Amino acid sequence: MAARGGAAARPASAAGNKTCQFKLVLLGESAVGKSSLVLRFVKGQFHEYQESTIGAAFLTQTVCLDEATVKFEIWDTAGQERYHSLAPMYYRGAQAAIVVYDITNQESFQKAKNWASPNIVMALAGNKADMANKRAVDYEEAQAYAEDNGLLFMETSAKTSMNVTDVFMAIAKKLPLGAGPEPARDTVDPSQSTQRASGGSCCK
Amino acid sequence: MDEEYDAIILGTGLKECIISGMLSVSGKKVLHMDRNNYYGGDSASLTPLEQLFEKFHGPNAKPAPEMGRGRDWNVDLIPKFLMANGSMVKLLIHTGVTRYLEFKSIEGSYVLKGGKIYKVPADEMEALATSLMGMFEKRRFKKFLVWCQQFDVNNTETWNGLDPHNSTMQQVYEKFGLDENTADFTGHALALYRNDEYKNQPFMPTVEKVRLYSDSLARYGKSPYLYPLYGLGELPQGFARLSAIYGGTYMLDKKVDNIVYEGGKAIGVKCGDEIVKGKQIYCDPSYATDKVKKTGQVIRAICLLNHPVPNTNDAQSCQIIIPQKQVGRHYDIYISCVSNTNMASPKGWFIAMVSTTVETTSPETEILPGLQLLGPITEKFVTVSDVFEPVDLGTESQVFISKSYDPTSHFETTCKDVLEVYERGTTTPFDFTKITHLSLEEQE
Ligand SMILES: Nc1nc2c(ncn2[C@@H]2O[C@H](COP(=O)(O)OP(=O)(O)OP(=O)(O)O)[C@@H](O)[C@H]2O)c(=O)[nH]1
Ligand SMILES: [Mg+2]
Repeated sequence: MAARGGAAARPASAAGNKTCQFKLVLLGESAVGKSSLVLRFVKGQFHEYQESTIGAAFLTQTVCLDEATVKFEIWDTAGQERYHSLAPMYYRGAQAAIVVYDITNQESFQKAKNWASPNIVMALAGNKADMANKRAVDYEEAQAYAEDNGLLFMETSAKTSMNVTDVFMAIAKKLPLGAGPEPARDTVDPSQSTQRASGGSCCK
Repeated sequence: MDEEYDAIILGTGLKECIISGMLSVSGKKVLHMDRNNYYGGDSASLTPLEQLFEKFHGPNAKPAPEMGRGRDWNVDLIPKFLMANGSMVKLLIHTGVTRYLEFKSIEGSYVLKGGKIYKVPADEMEALATSLMGMFEKRRFKKFLVWCQQFDVNNTETWNGLDPHNSTMQQVYEKFGLDENTADFTGHALALYRNDEYKNQPFMPTVEKVRLYSDSLARYGKSPYLYPLYGLGELPQGFARLSAIYGGTYMLDKKVDNIVYEGGKAIGVKCGDEIVKGKQIYCDPSYATDKVKKTGQVIRAICLLNHPVPNTNDAQSCQIIIPQKQVGRHYDIYISCVSNTNMASPKGWFIAMVSTTVETTSPETEILPGLQLLGPITEKFVTVSDVFEPVDLGTESQVFISKSYDPTSHFETTCKDVLEVYERGTTTPFDFTKITHLSLEEQE
């Protein structure tokens, strides 16, 4: 995985509490609740009959830590994972990932194990924890797996909002906030009518 | 899979990915497949470098260790840049796909004249300083450029006695007293024509092209061109994501055997043992070889260099145009160069591509004038590819085929073909207002 420009954090304001922006991707089988987790985290909503991802695949949300504000640029799979056809663009520059499985579905847990990727902060989320009566994946088993592989671990529920913000918070705390400003990249933003200053497109 | 799709799209080249995005956005149920295990088809950027070596030199070919990490390379198979004010950029903005990409300006455009490389002036200062033309010619040329900017078909006062319906471009050059060198410069370095046929045609399209060039140049100042970080292969991926966001289903590495017909009309696609049903098929020429005809050939030489292109002031990215007349040809030769600054190669390495339309039976000899400008070449990968276009409009068969990528240096003809294919397939022009994608995202 090629980290954009090498440096991980993108401080936006020099003075006071700095804001760092990170790209976070969601991974995991279809229907485990990836979009539902994002929707809960970003908008505080939950839909019982969430359609397979349509329309939104790029949302942002911030969490505040003592030393900095972390802004997540959240990429959802847009359904491309169904036949394992995610484009490399999806992972490019990602500094964090949440691998989601459904605690009522053993297969989704087995598949989740395939997503592990080094060099980025990863969390394993056992979603639909509100459906513990249909549990098919042991809490301890998943926790042990996460520990062995250096992943953060939590069981979550997009429905009750249990642990949803907490997962993102835990990730934010593990991100390298101290890294210096990204080197100027001289990129331009074609959607802006006027020319932007060097490096302008990545620091909002 | 016993569902029926509104459209099955074969090949994830840029054109097919844009069409896929447009169809999904219009509410069509789309299945998009590719025989390769990567996105992009002929418009992919190959990565890691090992993939390029295997494709051209066989499974045992390996890059030399000094070429750095293989995955730091993203090598385009076709050489093109985006005009900063052109239709591809408009399409990217309208669809919101720009949000997935980052762009940089290409640092400079150059043109060969009398065996020497000149920078195409990018501003007033450079224009005054250039030795491309003499002092008096510069004044005449400036008058011509001002006229181009002000020309308005609906206002005869701006015509300056030239009739857009009857006057040819040659007559325009004569009217402004421009010499043959300046005409060459205008037609090939600014309007980006690849031969001289435009001179005997009405002048309007040329004026529009000159304007596109100067408007594009005006946006970022260095050159009229933009290029995405990590290579052109990012473009098809971006549009594929758009399609997927609107419900499109993607399958890579899929065995696609052939299109299945019933009474001359396509009903689906055979993939191994199964037949996937679809009302329409959209594809690139390689998936419907019986429904395309060859119209010519293009030669492209990918050259890996461990130095910038000589005489470009060490530009980290550039274009060089060799106008046909300069080397006694019918079609121009193009050189495009990108590097680490574009995230296309490791530090210190440059990727230069020399390309042109094939005119003789020994195409490699034809590109020599281009290769000679590059200095020492570490590795060279040459392809001569056939250019195809569909034999019919697809109305009866419901199979809509795009044209092969042509040797133009930008994406204007690519966009034109895409919009035409879309219109042939849906019988309506694409409605950009259907895209609600941006409004669904949190606005910053
Ligand atoms: N009970 C319960 N249902 C949930 C939870 N999270 C998601 N769901 C439901 O599970 C279904 C699938 O959720 P999505 O968020 O669409 O899953 P996804 O992973 O985004 O699926 P794809 O977009 O197809 O990859 C929906 O019907 C949701 O309402 C949860 O925490 N608890
Ligand atoms: Mg989803």
